Amino acid sequence: MNRQSIMNWVAGIGSRVLSMFASLGRMALFVLSLVPAIPYSFYRVELLVKQVYVAGVLSLPIILTAGLFVGMVLTLQGYNVLVDYNSEEAVGTMTALSLLRELGPVVTALLFAGRAGSALTAEIGLMRSTEQISALEMMAVDPLKFIFAPRFTAAFITLPMLTLLFIAMAILGGYLVAVGWLGVDEGSFWSQMQASVDWREDVINGVIKSIAFAALIAIIALYQGFDAIPTSEGVSNATTRTVVHSSLGVLGLDFILTTMMFS
Amino acid sequence: MTQPELLIDIQGLSFSRGSRLIFDDLSLSIPKGKVTAIMGPSGTGKTTLLKLIAGQLKPDSGQILVEGLNVHKLKRSKLYELRQKMGMLFQSGALLTDLNVFDNVAFPLREHTKLPESVIEPLVLMKLQAVGLMGARDLKPSELSGGMSRRVALARGIVLDPEMIFYDEPFVGQDPITMGVLVTLIRKLNDSLGLTSVVVSHDVDEVLSIADFVCVLSEGKIIAQGAPKELLESNSDYVNQFVKGLPDGPVPFHYSNESYQHALQKGKGK
Repeated sequence: MNRQSIMNWVAGIGSRVLSMFASLGRMALFVLSLVPAIPYSFYRVELLVKQVYVAGVLSLPIILTAGLFVGMVLTLQGYNVLVDYNSEEAVGTMTALSLLRELGPVVTALLFAGRAGSALTAEIGLMRSTEQISALEMMAVDPLKFIFAPRFTAAFITLPMLTLLFIAMAILGGYLVAVGWLGVDEGSFWSQMQASVDWREDVINGVIKSIAFAALIAIIALYQGFDAIPTSEGVSNATTRTVVHSSLGVLGLDFILTTMMFS
Repeated sequence: MTQPELLIDIQGLSFSRGSRLIFDDLSLSIPKGKVTAIMGPSGTGKTTLLKLIAGQLKPDSGQILVEGLNVHKLKRSKLYELRQKMGMLFQSGALLTDLNVFDNVAFPLREHTKLPESVIEPLVLMKLQAVGLMGARDLKPSELSGGMSRRVALARGIVLDPEMIFYDEPFVGQDPITMGVLVTLIRKLNDSLGLTSVVVSHDVDEVLSIADFVCVLSEGKIIAQGAPKELLESNSDYVNQFVKGLPDGPVPFHYSNESYQHALQKGKGK
């Protein structure tokens, strides 16, 4: 490797780092301009309801199905370990706590990023490439209030609700496997769960996590759509970036929140 | 002869994208109540000029006055007030894809007025009838051809009865009948509604037939301006090449690059 190619390699890294910081700067400016527009989503309830339907109701099949299977698998694995110690009644507690504290918010957020986040980026990227956002500006309609704010608020409302539904479905799945199939005592299953799950410590913390994930995913998805190069390749790359960045962001943020909440 | 009243006054405008200079100290006046055509080869920044006038892009230097107001110094709320007096027909139509034709045309009325639906409906149908698409009121934008989309966008552009309307390549992709109707419509709208129209186009014959004033751009500068007749009679090589569509002349056909011979000799041919 000669000196020139080493220099090119170093310059390539420098260029990537600079463009990453430039993108972060643009994202910060985007968030700063988006924040004052958010309250407007409550003035235009019909726009908000539509986005809640798109992001929330249409995500229900994947969230509920995934929840059922995650709960069933979790309970089955937990039972196999606990049965060796004759404490299989604790499987309900184990399922509920792991879902409320970690798996519920994290898996729902990952599914939401893949299902609703990617759709948001693609929709906004295509709106840009077909000049719909420019047309709104020319019609004196602020795209931040009309397009971005309702989508952001809808993510904020729907993800915590989807998370709770995911957890409820997963607990139901766990119940079916533990009580219906493996023969765990029904009374023990529910009473141990009820005794060990704390409303504030477990349920509220889980919901707080999902609210933080909603903000993260919505900002990444909306910004990637807004910043997408208005070509088919550009929109496709932006959609991929939304799923990758949101998923990694959710996992990283989960570690930080868990450290703050449970340690 | 009295000077016509100016609606848009562009003074010393410079604008660049990256290292490429699009406009270099450009000055242009657009008179009120007239049809002004901005013509020029591809890539000369005609659409960019419309976006600069509408305040969607900011110039590097110079100023654009619309009704005496410096567009780029206006607060967002004032700029939006000014834009309600502007209609823009985008090259792609730019219809909102989740709304049908009727709702697209009704959109500006619903956003900016408190008119009841009983008033909105006849207004929208009147505009759709003007562009010949009243029968398409329930179609979605995905069910329209490119030309139809642009006609719906034109109906949307005039639904608020703007004072000025910008047409970005209105004739591209239109069949000859629609093209003829559009040419007449642009002229009629301008005269009957007292509009000021700015038409950006390549279509020399159509534009020259309706424009009161024509401005030809090339490489960031105005190379000719005047009434269509003056342009047709011009001795300028630039104007002749553009108006007659000649491949050879002072306006380069090739995007700036190294010489063809040099590229071949290097064996790269990029």
